[in-house]
Amino acid sequence: MNTPIRRLAYVVIAMFTSLLLATTWIQFVSADDLRERPGNRRTLIDAYSRERGAILVDGTAIARSERTDTDLEWVRRYDQATRYAHVTGYWSFTYGAGLGLERARNAVLAGTDDSLFYQRLVDVVTGRPPQGASLELTIDPEVQAAAADALGDRRGAAVAIDPRTGAILAMVSRPSFDPNALSSHQLSAVDDAYARLTQDPEQPLVNRAIAGDLYPPGSTYKLVVAAAALESGDYDADTELEGGLTYTLPGTETSLPNFGGAACDPEGRPTLARSVQVSCNTSFAWLADQLGADALREQSERFGFGQQLEVPMTVTPSSYPEDPDDAQVALTGIGQHEVRVTPLQVAMVSAAIANDGELMTPYLVEAVRNRDLEVIEDTDPRTMSRSVSAETADTLTDMMVSVVESGSGTGAQLPGVDVAGKTGTAEYGASGGAHAWFTGFAPADDPRIAVAVIVESATDNWTGETGGLVAAPVARAMLEAGVQP
Amino acid sequence: MSAGTANPSPSTVTSLRVRSGRTVELALTVFALLIVGLAYVNVELAVREQLPPDLWWHLGILGAAALGLHLVLRWRARYADPLLLPVATLLNGLGLVMIHRIDLGGGTGSVATRQLLWTGLAVAAAAGTLLLVRDHRVLKRWTYLAMALGFVLLLLPMLPVIGREVNGSRLWISVGGLSLQPGELAKIALTVFFAGYLVSTRDALSLVGRRILGLQLPRARDLGPILVAWMLSVMVLVLQRDLGSSLLFFGLFVAMLYVATERTSWIVIGLTLFVGGAILAWQLFDHVQRRVTLWLDPFAPDQSDQVAKGLMGLAHGGIFGTGLGEGFPYITYFSNSDYVVASFGEELGMVGLFAMLMLYALLVERGLRTAIGAREGFGKLLAAGLSFTLALQVFVIVGGITRVIPLTGLTTPFLSAGGSSLLANWIIVALLLRISDHARRPVSERRAEQQRSAKDEATTRTREVR
Repeated sequence: MNTPIRRLAYVVIAMFTSLLLATTWIQFVSADDLRERPGNRRTLIDAYSRERGAILVDGTAIARSERTDTDLEWVRRYDQATRYAHVTGYWSFTYGAGLGLERARNAVLAGTDDSLFYQRLVDVVTGRPPQGASLELTIDPEVQAAAADALGDRRGAAVAIDPRTGAILAMVSRPSFDPNALSSHQLSAVDDAYARLTQDPEQPLVNRAIAGDLYPPGSTYKLVVAAAALESGDYDADTELEGGLTYTLPGTETSLPNFGGAACDPEGRPTLARSVQVSCNTSFAWLADQLGADALREQSERFGFGQQLEVPMTVTPSSYPEDPDDAQVALTGIGQHEVRVTPLQVAMVSAAIANDGELMTPYLVEAVRNRDLEVIEDTDPRTMSRSVSAETADTLTDMMVSVVESGSGTGAQLPGVDVAGKTGTAEYGASGGAHAWFTGFAPADDPRIAVAVIVESATDNWTGETGGLVAAPVARAMLEAGVQP
Repeated sequence: MSAGTANPSPSTVTSLRVRSGRTVELALTVFALLIVGLAYVNVELAVREQLPPDLWWHLGILGAAALGLHLVLRWRARYADPLLLPVATLLNGLGLVMIHRIDLGGGTGSVATRQLLWTGLAVAAAAGTLLLVRDHRVLKRWTYLAMALGFVLLLLPMLPVIGREVNGSRLWISVGGLSLQPGELAKIALTVFFAGYLVSTRDALSLVGRRILGLQLPRARDLGPILVAWMLSVMVLVLQRDLGSSLLFFGLFVAMLYVATERTSWIVIGLTLFVGGAILAWQLFDHVQRRVTLWLDPFAPDQSDQVAKGLMGLAHGGIFGTGLGEGFPYITYFSNSDYVVASFGEELGMVGLFAMLMLYALLVERGLRTAIGAREGFGKLLAAGLSFTLALQVFVIVGGITRVIPLTGLTTPFLSAGGSSLLANWIIVALLLRISDHARRPVSERRAEQQRSAKDEATTRTREVR
């Protein structure tokens, strides 16, 4: 009977080998997949057993973890929740890390990032509970507050950048939401809140400043067209352009009027400077046709259009149309026909002009600090591109100052400070509805803050003055907060 | 047995002193207790951040049980295999630690305390077995009694008053507030029966018959027993809805039949019957179908997430595990009984699970070695059968958790919470110890013992005569 017993032993070996193989498969080969499976409570509880890093603005936490006495050891709290909702995002037990920095820097906040490997190792050895790193933001709380308050309940977005560094000073999107409603441990209430937010037609979860449906830039795009003209060498501020009461789009019978049908200039030949100051449509359509699509696209890209950007949230790239016909090129000259931008991109145009033509890469996180407040990651300002020459930047600045002094943007004037700006009223759809734009910077001679503001559907009646009336005061509030020493 | 004759110079080995292995056993048992104590402290520090308040008491009970059995072995089975006791002690102790850990984490009360009492009882039963069964061959006389006992134990849960249905399977009886799973003990009785029956009928079963297609097929009337065993396991499956035990009994019977007859045809017949029965069961019963679906896709919606939760637990542990007390094993259902292996996998990792599987493999290997070393057919069959049930049971439950086969509820030997299982497995270890003592005993001692028992018998007879 020994032979069959030996054979039985082989059967036993085969059985145990299959168990070892299966165990290896589960615990080694496919372990990561299993861990990342939706609904894996262990992974979630694990994340909740660690103190998640805080998000700080000027030393004050706008997102922090608070200890509880339940299974989920920590709960996420957001102070000034709606003001910063799109910056922080939310951290939910059911829906995970969503939007904003919670999602973009999840690994760092959770403490699982590779940069924290050494700390984790020390924690394991010393038995200290692991803890996430905190983020220190570039946000200026006063500019942020000014933007949020000035926008109020109106749909839209406001962004402010320090033109010298690219540091984002404010980022507001309206309507907003309360991330506390999603981070709560009252799971059924969280489900309700999430359903309400995702089904809301006003899309409060969308960060309109960087990632909404892209907007037509309207007349703010004239800054890019003017920049292209100046950079071409064929134009200067005093070059006279063709700008009568109407402009017939090339190759068509369609006639493009000025806002309100007014003349840009008594002679019908406004200079480039005058065209910017009064936001002349006919002369800019003509100018765009003269410059051509390639020159405009190239200038747009030098201002950051079409580039992948993470601040660290992913910014939807702004775009100049691929292959427009002549009539369409003329329309792009006034920021219509499928020129699409984010408010951040518009602010970057102003910022580049403010910074002598040098565009700095925008960023939101100043530093990452570990539990012991040691800086483990530090953002150095980086040049993103040379948008225009310093000379062109000066010329454009002068034009923009005249816009606020005595042009379409007087609503942004500040006492004792020269403000440079450009209004815009971007038509969308065919019904005559329009978004109001304003972008600019201050002080004009030593810029410390560049802004872009959009108020969605500010008017149902396209008159062209809306940007100056609706958006400029919001920008004014932000600039005022930003130029305070 | 035939290996001895191959020795080129048999006359020179007679002076070799045979080592009983008792000292090795003692050292290893103390080592096992040390590991268990460390694991216990580890759990308490991790979960409650304190030393276990009753460390010495608890470890003392386990230690007293294990060392007590060691003393019984010194006294009554000097040459028993020295690895069985330490391995069983280590597994049992780790099981206690994990059950306690689930108590702390999952709020299951004090299952561990009950398990500790059962451990004492089970080890005492093992000692009792060793003391009562001085020679395993006496069991052969009780072949048919064992059969009757096995059948009764199997069918007990079907009785109206005492039978209990738990989680859809009717495996339990409840007597005076005490719950028992008699199927665990039936396993032993049936192994004894199979061994006794097969050792006496093996010649008929293996020699008579016709050859068809290169297979030695048995006579139709010799098919009787295997058909009875098959029907019994199908009955367990149908009436008690217990896939695991059904598979275990039938697998055990086929394996022992093969060992007894050395005929591959029995395996073919057995597998055919098994596959046929399995397909039939799959077609007829909802709960079998559900198990198969769950096996093929554990993450499919609208079905039990038991397998999925176990897999996630194992994955959470990864290679090195979360550390004892640091994971969430209690998220999985039955995390201290059927799924206790997943709990170990989560907290000790792949490495820890490998080590525990190796402990089982070692236990089975020592058992099979005992079977090979045994000097007569009954001992061989019994040892092989007992070892194989152990292996098969580990395979069925761990394979179910790790998706090698569909999940069927079975206890994990020595680890799972549950008194009947502990009792049965310690008795299995006692029987293996008894057989190995017999197998490893040097010839000189055996002769001395025979003389002694002959003298005892003579004395008794003299007394009787007087």
